Amino acid sequence: MSELRELYQQVILDHNRKPRNFRTLEGANRTAEGYNPLCGDQITLYLNVEDGMIKDAAFQGTGCAISKAAASMMTASVIGKPEGEVDALFHRVHAMLTGENGTAPEMGKLAVFSGVREFPSRIKCVTLAWHTLQAALTGAAEPVSTE
Amino acid sequence: MMSTARATMARDAPGTLWDVERIRKDFPALHQEVHGKPLVYFDNAATSQKPQVVIDALVAYYSLDNSNVHRGVHRLSERATEAYEGARTRIQRHINAASPREIIFVRQATEGINLVMSSFGRAFVGAGDEIVISAIEHHSNIVPWQMLCEEKGAILRVVPIDDRGDLIMEEYARLVGPRAKLVAMTQVSNALGTVTPIKQIIEMAHRQNVPVLVDGAQAVPHQRVDVRELDCDFYVFSGHKAYGPTGIGVLYGKEQWLDRMPPFQGGGDMIKLVTFEKTTYNELPYKFEAGTPHIAGAIGLAAGLDYIAGLGLDRIGDYEHALLAYGTELLSAIRGVRLIGAARHKAAVLSFVLDGVHAHDLGTVLDHQGVAIRAGHHCAMPVMERFGVPATARASLAFYNTHAELETLAGAIQEAREIFG
Repeated sequence: MSELRELYQQVILDHNRKPRNFRTLEGANRTAEGYNPLCGDQITLYLNVEDGMIKDAAFQGTGCAISKAAASMMTASVIGKPEGEVDALFHRVHAMLTGENGTAPEMGKLAVFSGVREFPSRIKCVTLAWHTLQAALTGAAEPVSTE
Repeated sequence: MMSTARATMARDAPGTLWDVERIRKDFPALHQEVHGKPLVYFDNAATSQKPQVVIDALVAYYSLDNSNVHRGVHRLSERATEAYEGARTRIQRHINAASPREIIFVRQATEGINLVMSSFGRAFVGAGDEIVISAIEHHSNIVPWQMLCEEKGAILRVVPIDDRGDLIMEEYARLVGPRAKLVAMTQVSNALGTVTPIKQIIEMAHRQNVPVLVDGAQAVPHQRVDVRELDCDFYVFSGHKAYGPTGIGVLYGKEQWLDRMPPFQGGGDMIKLVTFEKTTYNELPYKFEAGTPHIAGAIGLAAGLDYIAGLGLDRIGDYEHALLAYGTELLSAIRGVRLIGAARHKAAVLSFVLDGVHAHDLGTVLDHQGVAIRAGHHCAMPVMERFGVPATARASLAFYNTHAELETLAGAIQEAREIFG
């Protein structure tokens, strides 16, 4: 049971119930679609990037609690950041999920996803939003897929 | 609760209708713990567990008879050939085919469908022709026909379903028109459990002289199948869902069709004579079995089918229906649970959604209670779309499941409600 509580922490359940930035973004200048064919999770990500800064981010879509909370917290954490920092942040999230850097104190709020590393089949639920973010920033035309 | 438990024991108890505890002893994989809880295996529509007799058949083959078939002059090859061809005959009898020549070994139902698509399609389907399928097909009975239609300029017709998950037969009657070249239809839906009126489907198609392929992947493990009584032209199923090994399946085809169809793959075993000028193909069934087959798989599958025939397929059906009724009652009583699929004739599949909890989260919580279910689109994305859900949780039952296990499932769903409440 404790592993399960570690996975579904209150913060994640809260973001699942009330996802932040869960809307379309008027005047977005970057968008991308993400899709996980294994489970059907789907996300559309909207960004407003000006002078290399992510001014605003929002998303729409359907998915499990983990994927919805991941997208919610990701948008919250990248708003106001230079787009050049996104890759490094995703790299740290990924390392945390695969257990490469322990509890990762520098992760801040995103550390709530550390419990996912005990559930290998759910790691892609977290990374879907991040892959979609990368696609939006690099201007990939095709929807990204986790498979 | 006490009274429920007592009633449950009476239903499953030794000497009564179905001695499930004795049957469970035949399945070694059922006796293990997952996350510290006894395994409750409810993912039978994905693959069934294997009885010891199937495992023993595989071990015996590899330990004693292992050899190649149809070519050796030595004793082991003779024994392997005998066992492999013996398996074919046992399977022929199990589904009451007229001849072992009509039993083609393939990798699974999917390959059987692809064989018919490629071989029958190449010979008999042209531009403007129509293939009729239904809205509850597994992707394996959709995608091959889409590929054929694209290649040939043929048209795919899809029989819709109603809100219960039953085929709308009036639409079917309309769709089997003069351009229809084949009907490819499931006997039991993996995602909803719908049992289709397959005999009627076949009769209606035959009145228009249209042959019918039946996807029996979810039927063979749970009920008696008689291909001659059905009068289907093709019938496919997978071994691993029918208590046999993975990697083996069966395509049944009426000899009159198989004779007129070109080979599927070229290679050894499917030829009589090869020169660089011309190759003469082998006779049935070998024309469709290129290369060394899955010998052990065929033997294991025959052992699996013999096992369920020994238990009694009608009795299996009765017990599984009792489980389905109890599971439906338990799940319907949980607030927030919505069962998807309420066909008039239904196999033991409980596909459902829980308000506010995504199927994958539910799957993870249940797994921590030892309960294995499938969460997702069940390789039937059009079915999910029809019911407006991205995914469902699916508990698919087998004759070794118990009423008490259904109570464990219901308890675990309650627990998920509390976590996400």
